[in-house]
Amino acid sequence: MPRTHITTVINGDETEFLTEDSTSLLNALRDEVGLTGAKEGCGTGDCGACSILVDDRVNCACLMFAPEADGTVIVTVEGLADSGELHPLQQCFLEGAALQCGICTPGFLMAAKALLDKNPDPTETEIRYALAGNLCRCTGYDKIIRAVQEAAREMRGQ
Amino acid sequence: MKYVAPSSVEEAASLLSSSPSAQVFAGATDVVPQIRAGRPAPDVLVDLKKIKELVALNSDGDKWTVGAATPTAYLTEDDAFSHEFPGLAEAAGLIGSDQIQNRSSLGGNLCNASPAADSVPAMVVNGVRAVVAGPNGTRVLDVSEVVTGPGQTALDDDEFIVEFEIDKMPSRSGDAYLRMIPRTEMDIAVVGAGARVTLADDGSIEQAVLALGAVAPTVVRIPDAEQALVGSTADEETLNAVAAAASEACDPIDDKRGTVEYRKQVAGVLAKRAVVIAIERAEQRNGTN
Repeated sequence: MPRTHITTVINGDETEFLTEDSTSLLNALRDEVGLTGAKEGCGTGDCGACSILVDDRVNCACLMFAPEADGTVIVTVEGLADSGELHPLQQCFLEGAALQCGICTPGFLMAAKALLDKNPDPTETEIRYALAGNLCRCTGYDKIIRAVQEAAREMRGQ
Repeated sequence: MKYVAPSSVEEAASLLSSSPSAQVFAGATDVVPQIRAGRPAPDVLVDLKKIKELVALNSDGDKWTVGAATPTAYLTEDDAFSHEFPGLAEAAGLIGSDQIQNRSSLGGNLCNASPAADSVPAMVVNGVRAVVAGPNGTRVLDVSEVVTGPGQTALDDDEFIVEFEIDKMPSRSGDAYLRMIPRTEMDIAVVGAGARVTLADDGSIEQAVLALGAVAPTVVRIPDAEQALVGSTADEETLNAVAAAASEACDPIDDKRGTVEYRKQVAGVLAKRAVVIAIERAEQRNGTN
């Protein structure tokens, strides 16, 4: 199969990779770029484990064809920490035990980041709706919601 | 499978007519799961999102124009649009999660031709028109004419929807869409009900359009309910007639989401409630639009 040349900015770095057209962006990120943070849960857009930001909007990487990424700006969970310092969301997930097996965590973090980027002070209801596209079989969600609330408080400087 | 992203409607149309197994897509939120479920993949995937008109939301003096591949999030985030068409904006906003909202589109929701598509009853009650492009130029269809059965549309294989035209909401008019799902988010409609009304100066109903989703192979209008409403003030007796007509208009399936009897009952309840909300909104739009 001929491979297509894709140019993107991923986590702040200009990144080029080759991909087959039918490859999902998720598989291209994992297999071609070597970023394995985003996970495949369902592969059909239901579970959100592959959530990434594409041009500042949260997307399921499993629903995108890799060539669609050409010219976009992508942030994956690997881009959350800043020079080795965890993002407040990551720190609050850790401290609040908002994860058990961890498969869903990268997706929850990216969906939560997308929410807090546009709404720094969300209500619990708004958080629950914003995370409705992310499934977790371990935590029962409450700890995740509380971790997002705590991170939001911290990021607002409260 | 080859990916192509044409930059004009003409280029896309010529790609489709020259490749019999080409398929257009916008957000791929239905296409990818269908391919993964075993549906044969097309030879050529035509991404419509690089065509300017396909991803656009504009209002001129008379109408709104919504590009067929415009993410539904753009509609719900647009204050002017969602203020004028709250029912249609809510229906579009019910499609999936935030992740899906950034990809799902009115064109995709319509052309996937699921009987349960949330935006379709809301488009039908608002008289939305689809501008369809093909090898011989464009034609205009009412949204109500596009879907002919589950997974079936009136579009030829080499046609696709460019944009939707929505006449501005007249004064003293309002729309509403309600859907029933067994949970709060992330499910497919058991029943969906759209309503749009226009009030006369004396407060009675001058025009009413009602449409139901997920209760028949395609979205159905409810002419008996519309007739009952026109000239009335939507008193309890009239609303009960609306509910009865809605239940009667259903030809639903039995499945894990709901039995025939349940869907009919819920269709009546939702139709009634949607009318009440549409009337409230129409009463608030009594000024100069």
